Amino acid sequence: MNKNFRKVLTFPYILWMIGFTIIPLSLIFIYGLTDKSGSFTLSNVLAIFAKDHFKALLLSIALSVISTVICLVMAFPLALTLKGKKLNKGSLIVFIFILPMWMNFLLRTLAWLSLLEKNGIINTILNFLHLPSLNIINTPAAIVLGMVYNYLPFMVLPIYNVLEKIDDNTINAARDLGANTMQTITKVIIPLSIPGIVSGITMVFVPALTTFVISNILGGSKVLLIGNVIEQEFTKGSNWNLGSGLSLVMMIFILISMAFIAKYDKDGEGMSV
Amino acid sequence: MIFSKIRRVLGDIYLVFVLIFLYAPIATLVILSFNTSKSRNRWGGFTFDWYGELFKSATIMSAFRNTLVIAFLSALIATLIGTVAAIGINNMRKIPKTVVMAVNNIPMLNADIVTGISLMLGFIAFGISLGFKTILISHITFNIPYVLLSVMPKLKQTERVTYEAALDLGATPLTAFFRVVFPDIFPGVISGFLLAFTMSLDDFIITHFTKGAGINTISTLVYSEVRRGIKPSLYALSTIIFGTVLILLIVSNIAQNKINKRR
Amino acid sequence: MKKKFVSTITLMSLLSVAVLSGCGKSNAGAKAGSAGELYVYNWGEYIDESVIEEFEKETGIKVVYDMFETNEEMYPVVEAGGVVYDVVCPSDYMIEKMIKNDMLAEIDFNNVPNVKNIDPKYMEMSKAFDPENKYSVPYTWGTVGILYNTSMVKDDITSWGDLWNPKYQGNILMQDSVRDAFMVGEKLLGYSMNTTDKSELEKVKDKLIEQKPLVQAYVVDQVRDKMIGGEAAIGVIYSGEMLYVQNEVAKAGGDFELKYVIPKEGTNVWIDSWVIPKNAKNKENAEKWIDFLNRPEIAKKNFEYITYPTPNKAAYDLLDKDLQENTALFPTDDMLKNSEVYKYIGDDGDNLYNELWKEVKGN
Repeated sequence: MNKNFRKVLTFPYILWMIGFTIIPLSLIFIYGLTDKSGSFTLSNVLAIFAKDHFKALLLSIALSVISTVICLVMAFPLALTLKGKKLNKGSLIVFIFILPMWMNFLLRTLAWLSLLEKNGIINTILNFLHLPSLNIINTPAAIVLGMVYNYLPFMVLPIYNVLEKIDDNTINAARDLGANTMQTITKVIIPLSIPGIVSGITMVFVPALTTFVISNILGGSKVLLIGNVIEQEFTKGSNWNLGSGLSLVMMIFILISMAFIAKYDKDGEGMSV
Repeated sequence: MIFSKIRRVLGDIYLVFVLIFLYAPIATLVILSFNTSKSRNRWGGFTFDWYGELFKSATIMSAFRNTLVIAFLSALIATLIGTVAAIGINNMRKIPKTVVMAVNNIPMLNADIVTGISLMLGFIAFGISLGFKTILISHITFNIPYVLLSVMPKLKQTERVTYEAALDLGATPLTAFFRVVFPDIFPGVISGFLLAFTMSLDDFIITHFTKGAGINTISTLVYSEVRRGIKPSLYALSTIIFGTVLILLIVSNIAQNKINKRR
Repeated sequence: MKKKFVSTITLMSLLSVAVLSGCGKSNAGAKAGSAGELYVYNWGEYIDESVIEEFEKETGIKVVYDMFETNEEMYPVVEAGGVVYDVVCPSDYMIEKMIKNDMLAEIDFNNVPNVKNIDPKYMEMSKAFDPENKYSVPYTWGTVGILYNTSMVKDDITSWGDLWNPKYQGNILMQDSVRDAFMVGEKLLGYSMNTTDKSELEKVKDKLIEQKPLVQAYVVDQVRDKMIGGEAAIGVIYSGEMLYVQNEVAKAGGDFELKYVIPKEGTNVWIDSWVIPKNAKNKENAEKWIDFLNRPEIAKKNFEYITYPTPNKAAYDLLDKDLQENTALFPTDDMLKNSEVYKYIGDDGDNLYNELWKEVKGN
């Protein structure tokens, strides 16, 4: 194949990316940096410091960090235990753990609504056992639960995949050199699984930070996250300039936190899905 | 020895605990799909009615069909564009290549809500009315990067030498490509397609912003139903989806074991 | 990861492709009818679906039906023109806004002879937002009131203030739409529901923030399911939902009843009307649609399904006597003496309401 022909091969792709990624994104910049009359302004971006927006942003960050940490704490031992089982490739057990991922995201969240409601299934069972009822529906706690449930597989998979690649001999060597279990984990396994952890963190943190679905369904519209604010500016408030401005802020915030996280993933392995 | 046994038991207990956490909600949906009573907290007796209603409901069935059609078409088109582009990009010089790969990462790094909004603004700015085609375009857009990322590593592994050897032996470039390069990158192409297919199936946020009148996917349908009052036929739908995936999983596992044994 | 991830999906997608090709064959139909198309944008659960089918069958027009949940959600969609609708069903104040922003086309009433079936009383009421009755045809009307569960609430509910009763903490449902939520506070404090006075609105906002810890959730249509399921004791609801929820409770055999009250401070009287956007591509079909819905037997059938009070006199006359006399559904003029219709409060007013509502939500 000659050079020119190869160039031609990339044309559809490049046109597509320009038409449907770069141009739409620049529209967000244009909307975000202008007011309704079309003149330049920074007010839509600076609006993030308005009391309600900033509060929503802080709450989003808090909830998504908490969810990410819980996911990590749950996923790491899980991946480690699965590795300990020395399963062969494509084993059923591993799939059992990622199977819920193939249920539709909204159906999964809907299920938690039925479980957590005031007269929901958990409370019906608790009542039956004469135990005090659980009232977390429509609170931030329910939202965290929804986030952890929905995004846990995204944390388990990358960690399990790097763990599986670690040669057993490396671990045995550590043992032979006198390391106890704790030391083996902290000094050998964790450092080696950093790429997986980094990848897991980004795959949980970003969607959790920007969600408006989970907070809407499990938060009873009482909890306002930054995702809700942006969604409402577009679908209800009809202030697209403000919505775009806030989206810009979020985009930049995500880029910065990614850059920060990526520092720990020098080989860039974590970014591959 | 005893310690490691305890550890193993603790590990198993933990696995079971996580399994319960993962499957309790799904079990709930399955049970509710057989409940005569519409109410979520009262068991009114066993019924298959909701399944009948599910297949009768034009809205749910068309949403289901849209979801599959969009997932299949978007994965297919994204695979075509992505694979062809990967071959071109692989032969690019360093600087344009870096630029292209950076742009390629944008839809993956960006929050879905930003991608969705930007696409919506784009469609409206260019007067493209929102509907089936805008959902399809959006899904292709977020799928292409995944295809590219699956195919590129395979291409890197393919030896240029074999391709050139084929040319030296008199093959036309096209034959050489299909007989030599393509078989090598085929697994990457397939995995890219499947990844794209699943991403499209599960998407809600981008569809939410780019969908138009009278069209729903399963995700957008559930979202509006949740806010409007859930019909139990949706529980039936969840059960069917889950059952299908589970059966496929078991079948593929058995098939794989058989293949392994024969070897 | 990809390999593992993928090997199972292979089969999955193979199957779905099989399903797909099957579906493709069976559902290749649904082509546009010879008489063209009609894009309808209506509230969720706001029509008897068989009425759409009848309309399609009779006229050969293919209806593309879409739904919205609040007026505020509908407006930007119609304004942006991302989808071009031919006939839309907004509420009073939103119609006024659309008229002011030149978004509506005049209806040619020669094509809508059945408009004669509408009780003149409602055409008169419509003049509040459509002064010359040029742009809109009433579809439903009603009030906003309080629905309560008689086994969880022992007191007599008479006032919006009952929604601030700490006794019902965690059992109160409020409306998740700006105007309805503010209306409750405004009427309680004795203001007009169309006020744009900043200091009054600040007080209403504080009142709503004061109420927030007592509120279980801000919802729109979910009020129904939650009240039927006994999830909440007391909630703000549209009068049109009342028959449906009461029937459902009776059907489920619950040990409680749901009662509907129009609070003594007065409430919002609303009208939802069909309008035709200026950019509509099938205006004549839209007029056929409006005319069809106003046939007495169609309007009656539709009323029986959606249970929102109909302004159609001919259909009202066909109803059972106990329905006609149900004052929660068709209140007497005396019951409505303190009530108001929403007015369009201008873009600045809208922004002010939205900002304050965000503060309530974010608090």
